[in-house]
Amino acid sequence: MADAGAGPASAGPAFDPELPYRCSPSVALRPEPFGALVYHFGTRKLSFLKTPELVTVVSGLENHPDVHAAIEAAGVEEAQRPAYLKALAGLAANGTILARETQ
Amino acid sequence: MAPAQDAQSAPEEPVVEETLVEEVSIDGMCGVY
Amino acid sequence: MKLVDHFQYGLNSPICLTWELTYACNLACVHCLSSSGRRDPNELSTAEAKSVIDELQRMQVFYINIGGGEPTVRPDFWELLDYSIDHNVGVKFSTNGVKLDKKRSEQLARTDYVDVQISLDGATAAVNDHVRGPGSYDMAIRALENLAEAGFGQPKISVVMTRQNVDQLDEFKSIADKYNAQLRITRLRPSGRGADVWDELHPLPSQQKQMYDWLVAKGDQVLTGDSFFHLSAFGEALPGLNLCGAGRVVCLIDPVGDVYACPFAIHENFLAGNLRSPGGFQEIWEHSELFTELRQPQTGGACASCMHYDSCQGGCMAAKFFTGLPLDGPDPECVRGFGEQALAARDADLSVPKSDVNHSRSAPRNSRTPKAPVMLQIGMGRPDKACETSPLVDSGADTRLSPAAARA
Repeated sequence: MADAGAGPASAGPAFDPELPYRCSPSVALRPEPFGALVYHFGTRKLSFLKTPELVTVVSGLENHPDVHAAIEAAGVEEAQRPAYLKALAGLAANGTILARETQ
Repeated sequence: MAPAQDAQSAPEEPVVEETLVEEVSIDGMCGVY
Repeated sequence: MKLVDHFQYGLNSPICLTWELTYACNLACVHCLSSSGRRDPNELSTAEAKSVIDELQRMQVFYINIGGGEPTVRPDFWELLDYSIDHNVGVKFSTNGVKLDKKRSEQLARTDYVDVQISLDGATAAVNDHVRGPGSYDMAIRALENLAEAGFGQPKISVVMTRQNVDQLDEFKSIADKYNAQLRITRLRPSGRGADVWDELHPLPSQQKQMYDWLVAKGDQVLTGDSFFHLSAFGEALPGLNLCGAGRVVCLIDPVGDVYACPFAIHENFLAGNLRSPGGFQEIWEHSELFTELRQPQTGGACASCMHYDSCQGGCMAAKFFTGLPLDGPDPECVRGFGEQALAARDADLSVPKSDVNHSRSAPRNSRTPKAPVMLQIGMGRPDKACETSPLVDSGADTRLSPAAARA
């Protein structure tokens, strides 16, 4: 691949939900009836987001000041939020989402 | 080097918590460059 | 439902698809799955190709795997590459390297969302050129050198595994490492011209075990494109999806707009439609009879009782079809030997299916039966002479070497 941020996410910063995040420019996200498919051009991996709320969170990340706000805005129930944070940590680890540069 | 959520783990392990994300590599599939 | 279950029932759009841009080719590889050589007079125009890309963008296909023939001999190849990327459809293309000079390599290195795959079927010129023609090894290596020098990140080297190159797996890996490339090994199928050489070239049962063992021991960074999932029955399933995605996750668009289930099944039986018809590609993907049928739950037939069915899935439908085996039985290369049994049980006077789509330079002209009225070609300009170009033009090599066609 010609694009720079390619390759699996290695020793990047740990996932921090207090920070603002966004989808990586190396991924394409496509809604499906069952959630969404995410293809990462660098790693060639396909991720499957299994709930509409998670899709909303991930696509909306860049519009929120931090991850918690994005989760709340997507209407995720309190009880589910730890699971969502864990899922998002996984998506950060595999390069699907990145911390936004602070302006 | 099986991914944590291997799409082809044959016997279904009892799923305690429904995972929100599943990751697969499509590299083994025909027609995928 | 697991993702793989969604795949089996078919997705709303392909994840990616193979698009053979042209049947023209500067080489005449003996095992060519698309029987390429000569351009078809009816190939999609630049404008038509762009409107296919527009449609794929609307359907949100992630990327296209461009092949052929040799796609870069189309004069509009670079224009279509840029157009596709500009319209959010990534491009991965397969090439024999003929046009990848330093300038193009540098251009590719500056381009995002493009992947390049160089075909190579021998770790030495002797083994490679026997199948792909004189000079083809050098041409491929030169392309790899140019890409490496230009800083293009990780091209793929794609190898069709044959009886003659199985012993070279370690050397293939070294070549890949040397050029900062990733090795991808693919399965020879009795498709296209592959049917004519399959008996002679397909790996022996002992070699299949050898490949499997090698993949388990050293295949960590090696891609198994075009599927070796039938090898999974040797033991642990190989990494990767190991699933036939034909008509469900992927498909083929051929140079004249015919849509097939997969590139190894270029035959009427696996033709879903032509995208020049009303409704275009989307109509075919969503509603064609063939794809609807492929998306029905598979029962496994004779293979269902085998303990390895889950990972093997009965192997490859194209391999079965072109060896005259029933689709609901074992793959001809079934590692448990059931394929050999099935082959032996075939009628003695059976003639295996053969595709009528043949653009080999050795084939008689008019070997393709037109399926649709020929479109008016006003202002089409001069025919493409690229198929008569020496494979070594542009590469600075000795052009006195005869093109592979002379052997065909």
